Amino acid sequence: MKTSPLWRLAQALLVLWAAFSLSFAILYALPGDPVAILLAQSGEPGTADPAQVAELRARYHLDGSLWQQYGGALWRLLHLDLGVSLQTGKPVAAALAAALPATLALAFAALLLAVPLGIGVALAARQVRRRPLQAALHNAPALVVSLPTFWVGLLLLQLFSFRLHWLPAMGEHGVASLVLPALTLALPCAAMIAQVLGRSLASVSQQPFVQALRSKGVGRWRLLWRHVLHNAAIPLLSLTGTLLGNLLAGAVVTETVFSRDGVGRLAQAAVASQDIAVVQGVVLLAATLYVLTNLLTDLLYPRLDPRLRQGSHP
Amino acid sequence: MYRPLAILALSAALAGCDGQPEQHASVAPAQPQHGGVLRVAFDGDPNCIDPQQAGNNTALNVGRQLVDSLTDQDPQSAEIVPWLAERWEVSADSRQFTFHLREGVTFADGSPLDAAAVKANFEAIVALGARAQLAGTYLAGLESVQVNGPLSVQVTFKQANAQFLQASSTMSLGLLSPATLQRSAEERCQGALSGSGPFTVKSFEHNRLVRIEARPDYHWPSSLAGHQGRAWLDAIEFHILPESGVRLGSLLSAQIDVNTSVPVQDEAVLESQGVPSINRPNPGIVFSLTPNVSRPPLDERAVRQALNKAIDRRQFQGVISRFQKPATSVLASSTPFYQDLSSHLAYDPEGAGRLLDEAGWIRGADGWRQRDGKRLGFALDYWQATTPVLELVQQQLRAIGVELRLNKSTIGQVSLQQTSLDYSLWFFNLTRADPDVLRTVFLSSGRNVNVRGPLPLDQTLQDSAASLDAARRGALIQQASAELLAQGHVIPLVEAATVTAFRDAVRGLHYEASTRLQFYDTWLVRP
Repeated sequence: MKTSPLWRLAQALLVLWAAFSLSFAILYALPGDPVAILLAQSGEPGTADPAQVAELRARYHLDGSLWQQYGGALWRLLHLDLGVSLQTGKPVAAALAAALPATLALAFAALLLAVPLGIGVALAARQVRRRPLQAALHNAPALVVSLPTFWVGLLLLQLFSFRLHWLPAMGEHGVASLVLPALTLALPCAAMIAQVLGRSLASVSQQPFVQALRSKGVGRWRLLWRHVLHNAAIPLLSLTGTLLGNLLAGAVVTETVFSRDGVGRLAQAAVASQDIAVVQGVVLLAATLYVLTNLLTDLLYPRLDPRLRQGSHP
Repeated sequence: MYRPLAILALSAALAGCDGQPEQHASVAPAQPQHGGVLRVAFDGDPNCIDPQQAGNNTALNVGRQLVDSLTDQDPQSAEIVPWLAERWEVSADSRQFTFHLREGVTFADGSPLDAAAVKANFEAIVALGARAQLAGTYLAGLESVQVNGPLSVQVTFKQANAQFLQASSTMSLGLLSPATLQRSAEERCQGALSGSGPFTVKSFEHNRLVRIEARPDYHWPSSLAGHQGRAWLDAIEFHILPESGVRLGSLLSAQIDVNTSVPVQDEAVLESQGVPSINRPNPGIVFSLTPNVSRPPLDERAVRQALNKAIDRRQFQGVISRFQKPATSVLASSTPFYQDLSSHLAYDPEGAGRLLDEAGWIRGADGWRQRDGKRLGFALDYWQATTPVLELVQQQLRAIGVELRLNKSTIGQVSLQQTSLDYSLWFFNLTRADPDVLRTVFLSSGRNVNVRGPLPLDQTLQDSAASLDAARRGALIQQASAELLAQGHVIPLVEAATVTAFRDAVRGLHYEASTRLQFYDTWLVRP
């Protein structure tokens, strides 16, 4: 396996290029005309002058053949120019920069909740001996993963905001407005962590060294905490990419339900109005985050798992 | 986007057992008072809050508060009354309009609102081109804008343009400071706007919030206003809440004060909670189907007439809001010069069947009408949330053997079909408080939704735009409407309506003539 930094960089750029090209192809293939959408905001019949429509098309680089548009967009991207939003006329980079902090705050808050919750549920499911409770802890993650985020969000809003008046239903100022959306986003992530860790704990517990330790009389909690968890936690690292994807996809729904601004809302609105430049900006942002996360995971693996370290340096 | 029934039932149930429903306050002070921030919920991002460029309702609702207009229109009588213009003269041929402005009006940036500013505005709108779609239509054929004195400005059109006087009352032709007009269209969209209105833009965060604040030195409201001086409210926050369930819950739990977008399914909950609301039919063209007569079989008058006869409009009441009415003409009942033409829209399935039989469309064994082996049917692509009405139409047409294939699509795809004339039937409504919408939409040299050649009807539509004489204009509008119905050029279905729910603490909330909200007279009862 080649692991030189140059090769890694080339791989990362290839992934970004593929994401860009694929999203361009899909957006181009969509029936519908972004300029027509811009001019028909209200869906009411208008009387736009063809010359002015052509001028708008040229201004947003929507004239020319497929290859001209693609080449132009790629060329501008190479100059780190993401283009201009058709709907707002603002640079896409500025729109992303404005939306990103809110989504990052939401995602980090969700992770802060999801990681301890997921690990806690997995450990409890392993240790609890009372039958009904154990069954519940075992099955809860599968149930939570299959609940629609949208429904969970509205349920939390109904209970904690509309009925109990504990937390605001909207707004993005202060911790209070972050609690419910973060919880909504955290639940499926926590369930995923609990599922993966639960399986991993079960398989590590079967291994001979655990049985040896157990026969030596090491206590259950000490065994789990000092020996099993350490080994079982490594597969969680491979979950990082999936979690990131989950957080980004969940952000679209969560931000809509909780009326928050962010990358998810930006993406949803841009897709609806076929604002090609913005959709591509979001796709590239997501691809970049993926690439960086995977890079980081690959670098961390050998540090956490000595077996991998030995493997790469025979 | 998503509307699972379970959530609605749950909303209703939880809202029902809420401890503190907003009941009518019994100790409300009778006098309006200054102060307070009104929190208004929108269902979507306004995108562009420049009233001259805006097209969607949320944007126009913000824009209306930022600018004043030369005239205002009485929502009840439809009469055009003074606002920034104290008086005006219109030439006999409806080509020249001279406005005499009131003195001492300034824009928020301090510059004076004078004749030169009006000239600069109208010329800037024409220069905006396609970006100022509504305003551009109103000024179509502008020949010149002449400054006759510091406060006197003369607007001349190449042709008769009777609708312009009403258009001068809209926010689309609202006035912005000359410095604002120098800015780029994009900057203006984002809120770099100085109008002369009672509120000024404080911040505009996309998908989140628009905050506008009262201008302390404002003292030139419309002659229709309920008070003088600055607006009662200190500020208005327009929150963008895309989910209808969240808007409903936020209103019931007093996290917002006004919900500008109440879907039909929430009306019962609001009513059972005693939540006050206002509603008004949108003036203009009702929700209608317009056939593309350049395509068979809708090129046959008999087929189009049969469609109109086959529809039982009384049945619509079961699936629309109780604030909506089935159509009684191509124009909504709140439009000036509206006349009830329901006699032209009578339900007559036998008559429809006869027309189709005579045209050779005979019922086959499968129940569908056929001619030369071709089934009588059309496709309809639409994006609006009016599926129940269209499904009812589908059933009613099926009863006479005509197939309507419904395809719910996106606004983008539908507008592409329309610009490329690739449709059999077009479904739309158009809000405007002037019957001139008929001319812009149906004139063969205008938008021409029927894709038809010239007809004598065109002359009637042209003439209706040429006269400001109420009796003559009313007669011409009626003649044109009746002709459109008789030819089957339009198949009116239901009137559009706007429903706005609000907390009991909100007073003085009302619509202007085109059914957008005007917040100048709105005030808050403080606990």
